[in-house]
Amino acid sequence: MSTFVAITISGLALGAVYFLVASGLSLIYGLMDVLNFAHGIFLTLGAYAGWAVATHVSQRNGAMFLVTAVAAIAAGAVVAAATELLLIRPLYGNPVGQILVTIGLDLALVGLLLGGFGSDSRSIPMPGWLTAVTTIGPERIPNGDFVALGVGLAMLAALTWFLNRTRYGIIIRAGAENRDMVRALGIDVGRAFTLVFAIGGAAAGLAGLLNSVAFSSGLISPLQGDQMLIFAFIVVVIGGLGSIFGAAIAAIVVSLVQVYVTFYAGSGGGLAQLGNMSVVLMLAVVLLARPRGLLGRVA
Amino acid sequence: MIAGQPPGAAAIQAAGLHASLGGSHVLQGIDLQVPAGSVTALLGRNGVGKTTTLRSLIGLVPPTGTVRVLGQDVAGWPTHRIIRLGVGYVPEDREVFTRLTVRDNLRLAETGPDMNYDRVYALFPELSQRSRQNAGTLSGGQQQMLAIGRVLLADRPVLLIDEPTKGLSPKFVAEVVDVLERVRETATILMVEQNVHVVRRLAQQVIVLDHGHVVHTGRADELADENLVRRLLGVSA
Repeated sequence: MSTFVAITISGLALGAVYFLVASGLSLIYGLMDVLNFAHGIFLTLGAYAGWAVATHVSQRNGAMFLVTAVAAIAAGAVVAAATELLLIRPLYGNPVGQILVTIGLDLALVGLLLGGFGSDSRSIPMPGWLTAVTTIGPERIPNGDFVALGVGLAMLAALTWFLNRTRYGIIIRAGAENRDMVRALGIDVGRAFTLVFAIGGAAAGLAGLLNSVAFSSGLISPLQGDQMLIFAFIVVVIGGLGSIFGAAIAAIVVSLVQVYVTFYAGSGGGLAQLGNMSVVLMLAVVLLARPRGLLGRVA
Repeated sequence: MIAGQPPGAAAIQAAGLHASLGGSHVLQGIDLQVPAGSVTALLGRNGVGKTTTLRSLIGLVPPTGTVRVLGQDVAGWPTHRIIRLGVGYVPEDREVFTRLTVRDNLRLAETGPDMNYDRVYALFPELSQRSRQNAGTLSGGQQQMLAIGRVLLADRPVLLIDEPTKGLSPKFVAEVVDVLERVRETATILMVEQNVHVVRRLAQQVIVLDHGHVVHTGRADELADENLVRRLLGVSA
């Protein structure tokens, strides 16, 4: 029983990381119809920015971790905004061009990271409390899981508030429904596009750091974003393209199925990938039974 | 007199306007002038380019040719910049944001801190009563009120209105026409309208399109001549 609780909390934490990545992807597709295959590199660059800052800070405390997180968020946001301004903007109305340019950007930046840092993983120095475990009765829960879960919930609350209560949030929701009419009200939709990319990039950058902290013992590598992106796309499709709440629900469902199957059915050698396979199977079932996803709009 | 527009000047001018939609050459050299302070109706059979003309004037359909709005040459400008000159656009089929509340639909049309909510709610009290309701749950007439209310929130000297009475019940048609009669005191209006009676009541000038060309420009009261209406529009007045 105690293992079940610990695994469930670990699954929820993984779901929080999936949500951070998938929420940006979903927002970007919902507003701009852009399938952003460069989203994974925003995550990786966020993790590397966090690592670069953390290795230059001598203290190992909460403030240091906060600074590291801010660096990851800023790196993701800046690179994402630059991507929208320089590469995506000239290609609006050209979805094939957008897909090709985002895949190309991802390959180029992963190549640059591999060339600059090699394929070996790097370790982000972390404060001791983050790597410790909290004992609750018979349970021993890694603190990193609580941090990831808390950040995921905070991001869901912040995005919900932003989309429903702020003018830019309303512009984004309106733009997802009818971009031309938003323009016809005198609103510069291009600015909203850049903002959405920056928000998505910031969330992905933070996800890169949290993924390393909670699930990789602080290790980062140039390919971590691409690995995470596959699951994030699955979450977005299952949740429904453009739906933040759909992404949140799908992130939890996908991650829990993944950890339960991995632990209970796939722990024996050759079945190690069974958790990942179950997620792909779930995607297939959703696409067949409900192509628009859990909460997606009808095309 | 309407703010920013000297009497007799053209609030909107287009010359040699061409535009294509999906490979079809819809506008084939439109020349038109909308005098400041007037209501001009754009008429013609279905598919002759009336809606495309309105959309081209604000850049939603990219045109070639010359377009001047409120004295500015706006050719090549992005839509939001043309709108910010002081243009309001009410599209065909309302195009309200169905997943947003009435209040949020109006909020999107704000151009500054001092908006005319009192004016909009006085003209359309139902919008005030339904401000928290999703626009997608409104009736067609209520959605039209919202679409018109959006452009009246700020002082916009030029209004482009596409088929304001299309698909509305007689009650809502009367209400919309009453509102537009009041609005024309403060704005130049270019509207697409199929209802000849509405045109005669609201407009001073008519421009008739056919096959992407202007084929007639004249006074609205000429539409009392049934033969002219039948010849130009293929319908009786």
